[in-house]
Amino acid sequence: MPNSPVWDIAIIGAGIVGCACAAAAAAAGLRTAVIESQTPGGGTTAAGMGHIVVMDDSPAQFALTRYSQLLWQEWAPELPQGVEYSRCGTLWLARDETELRLAVAKQQAYRSQGVPAEMLDAGALAAAEPKLRPGLAGAMLAAEDAVLYPPAAAKFFLDRARAQGACLIQGECAALAEGGIKLRDGRRVAAGEIVLAAGAQSTGFMPGLPIAPRKGHLLITDRYPGWLHHQVVELGYLRSAHSLAEDSVACNLQPRLSGQILIGSSRQYGATSAAVEPGMLARMLQRAMDYMPELAQLSSIRAWTGFRAATPDKLPLIGAAEGHPHVWLATGHEGLGITTAPATAALLLAQMTGTPAAIPAAPYLPDRQPETGEAHA
Amino acid sequence: MPVKAAAQIVVVGGGPAGLAAAASAAECGKRVLLLDENPLPGGQIWRAKNGTITAEAEGWRQRAQAAGVEWRGGRQAVAAATGQLWLEHAGGVEVAAWEELILATGARELLLPFPGWTLPNCCGAGGLQALVKAGLEIRDKRVLVAGSGPLLMAVAAFLRQQGARVLLIAEQAPAGQVAAAALHLPPAKLRQAWQLRRATRGVPFLAGCWVEAAEGRQQLERVRLRRGVRRWSLECDYLACGFGLTPNSELGQLLGCALTAEAGIAVNRWQQTSVEHIWCAGEAAGIAGVEAAWRSGEIAGYAAAGRQERTAPLLARRDREQQSSQRLLRRLAPRAELRALAQDTTWLCRCEDVTVGEARPYANWREAKLQTRCGMGACQGRICGAAARFLWGWQINAARPPILPARVGTLAQAAPAPSISTEVTV
Amino acid sequence: MPERVRVKVNGRELEMPAEASVAAALMSAGVSGLRRSRTGEPRGPVCGMGVCMECRVRVDGRAHQRACQFSCREGMEIECR
Repeated sequence: MPNSPVWDIAIIGAGIVGCACAAAAAAAGLRTAVIESQTPGGGTTAAGMGHIVVMDDSPAQFALTRYSQLLWQEWAPELPQGVEYSRCGTLWLARDETELRLAVAKQQAYRSQGVPAEMLDAGALAAAEPKLRPGLAGAMLAAEDAVLYPPAAAKFFLDRARAQGACLIQGECAALAEGGIKLRDGRRVAAGEIVLAAGAQSTGFMPGLPIAPRKGHLLITDRYPGWLHHQVVELGYLRSAHSLAEDSVACNLQPRLSGQILIGSSRQYGATSAAVEPGMLARMLQRAMDYMPELAQLSSIRAWTGFRAATPDKLPLIGAAEGHPHVWLATGHEGLGITTAPATAALLLAQMTGTPAAIPAAPYLPDRQPETGEAHA
Repeated sequence: MPVKAAAQIVVVGGGPAGLAAAASAAECGKRVLLLDENPLPGGQIWRAKNGTITAEAEGWRQRAQAAGVEWRGGRQAVAAATGQLWLEHAGGVEVAAWEELILATGARELLLPFPGWTLPNCCGAGGLQALVKAGLEIRDKRVLVAGSGPLLMAVAAFLRQQGARVLLIAEQAPAGQVAAAALHLPPAKLRQAWQLRRATRGVPFLAGCWVEAAEGRQQLERVRLRRGVRRWSLECDYLACGFGLTPNSELGQLLGCALTAEAGIAVNRWQQTSVEHIWCAGEAAGIAGVEAAWRSGEIAGYAAAGRQERTAPLLARRDREQQSSQRLLRRLAPRAELRALAQDTTWLCRCEDVTVGEARPYANWREAKLQTRCGMGACQGRICGAAARFLWGWQINAARPPILPARVGTLAQAAPAPSISTEVTV
Repeated sequence: MPERVRVKVNGRELEMPAEASVAAALMSAGVSGLRRSRTGEPRGPVCGMGVCMECRVRVDGRAHQRACQFSCREGMEIECR
């Protein structure tokens, strides 16, 4: 191709992370290309729930999710209506006294970091979400958590990047090459720096990456406005999300602005087929119905699956790829890619441009020493 | 726990193809279960009227019953996996286990967008017929029958017989093509067409004529028509407008069956799909008319029962019937002008209220779905997907369970209750 | 004379033929708009066979029931919008 441009940055993958990185790079004045073989925002991004949630599996996870949540809050006024951003808050449900103690500990941890969190007793919980079954002990409300529609959010970032000169290249990456990327159709994309933001497919370009696909199922209902008000998650979700080997399900319900209810979630390792598995779907729905029995009567219209890019320590890989000069990673976000995309972009760009970052980047560097042992709540 | 049912051969769909397939397979000594969403067999073409089975369906029903076919009506297949099928009915859920599965899921009408097509009382052609069969009082109502295909005349004759004032039959195909199609009809079909025309005597039949728009405030009041350079309005109570049929391939898609370029389930000469142990007969494999449907049903039934030799006398007849129907349908193919009817402000997706103009800029169906939500509503793109395929040539092939809306509780019964401990180890 | 049953449509009592589908019965009674679309337009039955989803009504408190797929029952409460 004559006079093919040399990009400052070529980003592999137009999921929400790749698109957020593109927006940040273009805003920094860098000539930016995003390479995508499928529909932008159509992979794991489209399969995800779109829950902007603070998670406290580890201090580093807490720092990243909270920082990113604040960045989303800054974006919020600019998000188009189609992004359906809604600050509905998360209710972390406690089944019994044991879980209630965990919820209180969680609240204290949030508050100590300046994150608003309040306790709801059984009565207040029933008033907040009347469809929950009686007998739950209470809940912790994280009022600043939000939900959005991920494909539209990815498109928002991509459109922003393009408005600042970035370019979307539709094509399938074949391999990383000297000074750029080789596409399957023979084209070459010449770039000074390469960012790998291909989620669960990142290992296709760098087989050594500590990323494993973790399959999840979701089901969405028809429209039932006013049926559910908050994202509702059982505290047991933390255990489900934390388990590294076993298939698990947890009650995780989301009210869409459309009035639809999104029902999750399941986590499976080792599954390679994208097919909806009726058995796994059923387990997930039984768990949800255990908390909200009337869900059983709602009309459901679609189930689907997606593959999260899971790392062993539940933290993404953000920074220079070890042993690959000029290659950077922005991948491995597991179930938190939507939440942490803006923070990922900010941290990556800070490293690439040598500018200071708002939070320490060390816990997310790809060459970090893997932490072993139990993480804490 | 869901009720379990099992059979060597499960047939989904109790229309001509499904009835024939079930009867044929059972006559080979197989245990056969025949499922349908309607309480009575007959499918769409032989749809029961006011709770009474039609004569055509009754003949096949008797043959199937004599052969020992177990009939289960009022069951909607909503999800499937290898060897299993989840069925929802008014009272709950059933799981049907199968060794061989015959898909005879039929077809639905192809509905194409034009301004006003979403107004109440704008129905499909077969749609209005089905509603009248289900009790809609049509006597003395003014009805315009429009669109394309052999169904129009049949619908007009039926409606008239029910006392409707059929104002006009508007066939979009040019007069020359309609005449050529009639000339090439086999004698039996020609006789049938002639009888239908007699039954609609006095009703103008205009070829090369189509609906440009439907108008009204809260419901249909009038229709704007076009024929060549002539344009005029017609006041009416109902519009019955369909552009032929499109295959119901969703269940096959869900099970991984390959599709044809015409959006049907691809089959070989024995009606076998690309997936082992799954067969498809009738319109779901491609639109070819009722004779080809039941003939292909017999073939699928015999072949699925392992008695391929019995299909030998049937194959050539099926092929002839298919070819004859396909020739006819090619002549009546929707004209290019129909693509221009839909304005940017015309609704494409009825469930999510997405306009043609909103969906048009996208590269493909998936991208348009993700960014505009067209096809993401309750009908799962059954109506707007087929329209988008006609308008822009998009491939529509990503059926997901449930293939029709199902209670959450139904899908929750696809597995035994799990034993998840309540202990939290955070 | 076909059997007739009494149903309530938006609180108003109507007599309907028992074997008619709810969609057909409503249309016969002059109720053509069975639901409101997302943007508030009236919509009515189109396909008559359960695939277009335009005839969804609330029946006995349960939303999104396809009116073309079941018959009228004595005492049934139907809400169209």
